[in-house]
Amino acid sequence: MKSPAFDYIRADSPQHAFELLAKHGDDARVIAGGQTLLATLNMRLSQPALLVDIAGFGAWRGIAVQGPTLRIGALARHSEVESSPLVARHAPLLAQAAPHIAHRAIRNLGTFGGALAYADPAAEWPACVLALDATLVIASAKGERRVAAADFFQGLYTTAMQPGELLMACEIPLIADGERQHFSELSRRQGDYAVAGLAARAKVVGSRLREVRLAFLSLGDRPIRARAAEAALQGGTFDDARLAQADAALRAELDPFDDLTHSAAAKKQLAATLMRRAVAALLQR
Amino acid sequence: MKTPTDSPTRRVRVEVNGTPLVREVECRKHLIDFLREDCGLKGSHLGCEHGVCGACTVRLDGQIVRGCLVLAAQADGHRVDTVETPTPGKRLKALQDAFVEHNALQCGYCTPGMLMAALELVEHKPEADRAQVREWMSGNYCRCTGYHAIVDAVCAVLEQQKAGRFADEPVDSADEVRA
Repeated sequence: MKSPAFDYIRADSPQHAFELLAKHGDDARVIAGGQTLLATLNMRLSQPALLVDIAGFGAWRGIAVQGPTLRIGALARHSEVESSPLVARHAPLLAQAAPHIAHRAIRNLGTFGGALAYADPAAEWPACVLALDATLVIASAKGERRVAAADFFQGLYTTAMQPGELLMACEIPLIADGERQHFSELSRRQGDYAVAGLAARAKVVGSRLREVRLAFLSLGDRPIRARAAEAALQGGTFDDARLAQADAALRAELDPFDDLTHSAAAKKQLAATLMRRAVAALLQR
Repeated sequence: MKTPTDSPTRRVRVEVNGTPLVREVECRKHLIDFLREDCGLKGSHLGCEHGVCGACTVRLDGQIVRGCLVLAAQADGHRVDTVETPTPGKRLKALQDAFVEHNALQCGYCTPGMLMAALELVEHKPEADRAQVREWMSGNYCRCTGYHAIVDAVCAVLEQQKAGRFADEPVDSADEVRA
């Protein structure tokens, strides 16, 4: 179907965007890649009076190493993250996750920051940045502020961002010596929303796991750290008993709701499967 | 400012299949409607209009996009190529021939989108195996063929490329400047 009428302005600069958003308030929506917004408008689920196009902010597009972090600009396209040698080297989790995002045509336009700001619980990037202990850099007319990923995702399609703010970049710690990262998701068809997904990383020392991070997508209203399972996996030598403890801990702490295709029980089972596979992958590589 | 009761418009300048065009369009008009209605290019098709079927796949600045998920206004100042391009490269022509040879179309509705998606694969994933071709093409739906013939056609062109058939047409990397 065709979207309702709206006006469209290309913001010349972040400052210009902040002025427009302040002036128009709820009547305006920001468009960057537009891969979610335009589908929403085509279905008439939203009727803004004005779109403010921020895609032209060149300074917000780059991917670069800055000291101890990899900085990914909010306007980097998914396909740029997918094919970046810096991402492959310093945050391989993202390179593994990227091909699961929709399909190539959507990845060519959709933006890294757009997906983070929209915070779909089934999205890949939110779970990844949560697992990576990343920092989100938020800009507004008043300046910049930083929010840890753990504090950024607050609920269904809800983040720490306030009206009038724009996500500018994401800073990701470079993968450390001895650290491994693994992303996997289960969906009914290639490119579908995940039924369950897991962004995992850990330091591997012999047959022990340290600093384990398990961030699940599609298991709640936001990406979820399975902290009890993480704690169970850490510490001593990894063996079947430890995996069984972690499995029990995971099933106790997860509380998904039924979705369109799978019951809560099925989703929990899939989450446990993903964890088992991720641990095997982390230990082997 | 409430939702406008009239529909705001904007003048856009888009290079379409090598020709600079200037049109006055509603801001809400998406690229595929712009191409079909304002540029008279009926070769690309509309299916679901929310980004899942791939029938509207066209190229923006040398990369495939969903025509229903881009506004004509966003394409202002940029370059669009469709299956009707008067200067198809050897790879596109080879794909078209392969589709015919392998019976990879019946009604033809999905075909322009399939060709655009396949072209980007051939250009950017020359080592793709059959499974990877299937993954890549999974964003384009077909109701007629059952898909295998389409995958056969794409794989055949990948083989031709490996044998050096397109060696005199190097692939351009995608433009830096994007909408």
